[in-house]
Amino acid sequence: MTDVRVARFDEIADGDHRVFSTGKREVGVFRVGDKLFAWENHCPHSGGPVCQGKIFPRVEEALDDEKKSLGLKFSQRRNIVCPWHGFEFDIETGLHPGDPDVRLRKIPVAVRDGDIVLTLPG
Amino acid sequence: MADDATSRTPGVFELPKVDNATDTRDLLAHAAKDANALKDHFVVDVDAHLSEFAFWSEIVDRIDNDVYRQMAQSFRNRAGSPPGLMNATPGMLYQDMFGRIPHQQRLAEKTGGETHAMVTLVQRAMDSMGIDYMVVLPTPMLVLGMHPQAEIEAALGGAFNKWMVEDMLPQEKRMKNFIYLPFNDPPAALREVEKYAHHPGVVGFMVTSTRYKPVHHDDYMKLYAAIEASGKPITFHSGFHWGDESMKQCNRFLSMHAISFVYYNIIHMTNWVINGIPERFPKLKSIWIESGLAWVPFIMQRLDSEYMMRTSEAPLLKRKPSEYIREMYFTTQPMERENLKLLEATFEAINAESQLLYASDWPHWDFDLPNSITQLPFINEQQKRNILGLNAAKLLNLEVPAHKLGVPRPGPAAMAAQGLAPAAE
Repeated sequence: MTDVRVARFDEIADGDHRVFSTGKREVGVFRVGDKLFAWENHCPHSGGPVCQGKIFPRVEEALDDEKKSLGLKFSQRRNIVCPWHGFEFDIETGLHPGDPDVRLRKIPVAVRDGDIVLTLPG
Repeated sequence: MADDATSRTPGVFELPKVDNATDTRDLLAHAAKDANALKDHFVVDVDAHLSEFAFWSEIVDRIDNDVYRQMAQSFRNRAGSPPGLMNATPGMLYQDMFGRIPHQQRLAEKTGGETHAMVTLVQRAMDSMGIDYMVVLPTPMLVLGMHPQAEIEAALGGAFNKWMVEDMLPQEKRMKNFIYLPFNDPPAALREVEKYAHHPGVVGFMVTSTRYKPVHHDDYMKLYAAIEASGKPITFHSGFHWGDESMKQCNRFLSMHAISFVYYNIIHMTNWVINGIPERFPKLKSIWIESGLAWVPFIMQRLDSEYMMRTSEAPLLKRKPSEYIREMYFTTQPMERENLKLLEATFEAINAESQLLYASDWPHWDFDLPNSITQLPFINEQQKRNILGLNAAKLLNLEVPAHKLGVPRPGPAAMAAQGLAPAAE
């Protein structure tokens, strides 16, 4: 396990994300309010640079009491979208919304003295 | 940025987010790591694409007919420079998932240097993915078969072929092409075959499958005879068309796209086999492109079942339909691989080790990398080599360097005796 400092906490705006490389490993760091989430920059689908993609709100479809569609709407959940093929993953859980077995690899992240510190395996 | 540096462990650097100006080599950097492992593999990408609207002015300048050329050129002065004479519907091109996949939206990266921008983009993709040869085909023109004017299909198809063969292919020998056949005008399609049958950069002839033309019509027999005589394959490149009455029932692009690419090739394959085209032209090889693979065992079983009951309706056939289909060629992409047991059965059904050809479909949103083949757990190393490139090398007559044959390298004297070039070190 190796600790690396990648940025100051206040250098990532709320709702934004940045991606860092150590040469051997690439990690995306996402800020949601005061929380940070870090995921390996490797899409489980075909190895794409998932964290270098865009964040989109998850799309939902609501039904009325008769099970009729009320149309599409954006939810409060947000997904990172792999720019290679469009696989989406919840930025807080790392799970694909269509199959929770397809997920991003979590990287431990903490804030120490205002610095964002990743604990990298291996 | 000084603050960044002080809070960062030495050796850590930031990676930029991807947008449509991202260099292909940066976008495919993860693929390039895999490509290093392919250095001794021969990889042929039998179906990749360019975005011809970016170069539409150059293409329409190559229209032979003065009137059609003027008609196409007249669009240049209109707001937004629409692609003159084309029938594509830009407002319904949803492939980029509304901004989620930037490279599908527009390749706006910087190019320059000695080669044409299109060629530069192809070179970057080939180098990043570890590809030896790439067959480069148009994109919006895949629906040109739905154009209401057959003469416009012929004019634009001929212009594209001329631009591709005369202007683009000479700039990069690793780039190949299947000639666009204006199939709604059979004599014009025949002329394109006669024009390019012997060109070394042309490795086949392409019917864009998205059209309403029965492939068994007698009007096409001269065309098939000419392609058979050329020794190069005919290819059926499928596509989507949301304007099709059946597809209009689909309310999501996903649904329409999933079915449409298969639908047209199912119809053409059925007519092709049941009317005995393989019996009429036994040396004519066919490649079925961009419909994935799952449809093939379906149509094999379906046609065999009906043929055994209604043999009198297919009197030209001497064998079951599936036996003809097993001798045809298929490209991999978009390879359905959510269920590997079904995929393995499909590989067996289509005799994949000799009939399957790797294709990326780059730069489209559902592209497949060579790792779609190298990571398959149920085929051996030689089968992977065949699918990645050696099958295509035989079919398209491409030279394979000795060190990429996948067999122990002979010594220099043995290589000289066999007329093989020494491997590049």
